Amino acid sequence: MPAKDSGPTAADPAAAPRRRNPSLRRAALAGALNSLPFLLVLVPFAMLFGVVATAAGLDIRQVMGFSVLVLAGASQFSAVQLMSEHAPVIVVLLSSLAINLRMAMYSASLTPWLGRAPGWQRAAIAYLLVDQTYGLGMQKFERDPQMTVAERMAYLLGASPLLCLPWMVFTWVGATAGQMIPADWPLDFAVPITFLALIAPMLRTMAHVAAAGVSVIAALVLSGLPSGTGVLVAGSLGMVAGAWVEGWQARRAAARQLAKESRG
Amino acid sequence: MSGYSNAEIWFVILALGVGTFLLRWSFLGTAGSRPVPAWAARWLRYTAVAVLPALVAPLVMWPQATAGSPDPIRLASAAATVAAGLLTRSTLWAIIAGGAVLGTGFWLG
Repeated sequence: MPAKDSGPTAADPAAAPRRRNPSLRRAALAGALNSLPFLLVLVPFAMLFGVVATAAGLDIRQVMGFSVLVLAGASQFSAVQLMSEHAPVIVVLLSSLAINLRMAMYSASLTPWLGRAPGWQRAAIAYLLVDQTYGLGMQKFERDPQMTVAERMAYLLGASPLLCLPWMVFTWVGATAGQMIPADWPLDFAVPITFLALIAPMLRTMAHVAAAGVSVIAALVLSGLPSGTGVLVAGSLGMVAGAWVEGWQARRAAARQLAKESRG
Repeated sequence: MSGYSNAEIWFVILALGVGTFLLRWSFLGTAGSRPVPAWAARWLRYTAVAVLPALVAPLVMWPQATAGSPDPIRLASAAATVAAGLLTRSTLWAIIAGGAVLGTGFWLG
């Protein structure tokens, strides 16, 4: 568990603002520097969204609407893909929100570290939180448990502009430059490649592999269903499979442990 | 975008934006220090890895661009993406590998 907010304020509240500011600036700077390598991935990915969304028939305001208001790559791609398959609006929303359910998990796991920050800061993070911000933050907070809540916030708020603004700017670049791409290029396959590239590194455990495998088989079997509904059913089955395998492995490990203890 | 009115498209964008914000805000915003129940965490862990493959599998097997018949170039590209992603654990390298196979295939074909 993270340490409580126990900076210099605890001893001397009056001197706190002056003494804390440099440490906040340092934390924000560290966040910004640590997020730089992610630009290598974010910039081409954002451009690809601009290209794909424009090719699907969205106008520039709608494309930018996605990248500014939603600010979540995979769900933006999935919404555009399902819309180009003419899926009903409710199916587009449910599938794309399901992809973002992991953000609720991020939110939950950040709460012990940031729950005592002011409400507006927590709301700002709720808008800006992307996979990379979460990953960076958790790494940093666990490595430096003595950071104050304010320093943790400064770290995330320092990292966020470098992760979020390029997403928006390069979406625009892709949407604008995308019209120059020759029509016979196999751009249709940009979305599958992108999704597979997101999934493969996530297959860390047997449970993840089971979730993905069940989902693929179910989606292929159910592909005759009206557009998009197969995704919802197959996705749910995949989730059940992943959760079940994890539970099964946990029970098996516990049983082994118990057997070992009773022998010894 | 055919099949949707401008208003419907903006509804999707706004609803997805608000919904995503609420998901991110859920625990953090209400600042409850109560932990997520284990069963909920277990489900949440597998959402992305279950939903994305369901979306992608039919696109790989039966691409619209080839009128729904399996295409060796696209299948090879998908395989290269997954293999590179598993080996390097990097999304960027996986995209580069998949794109390279797709591009090479089209250039030769």
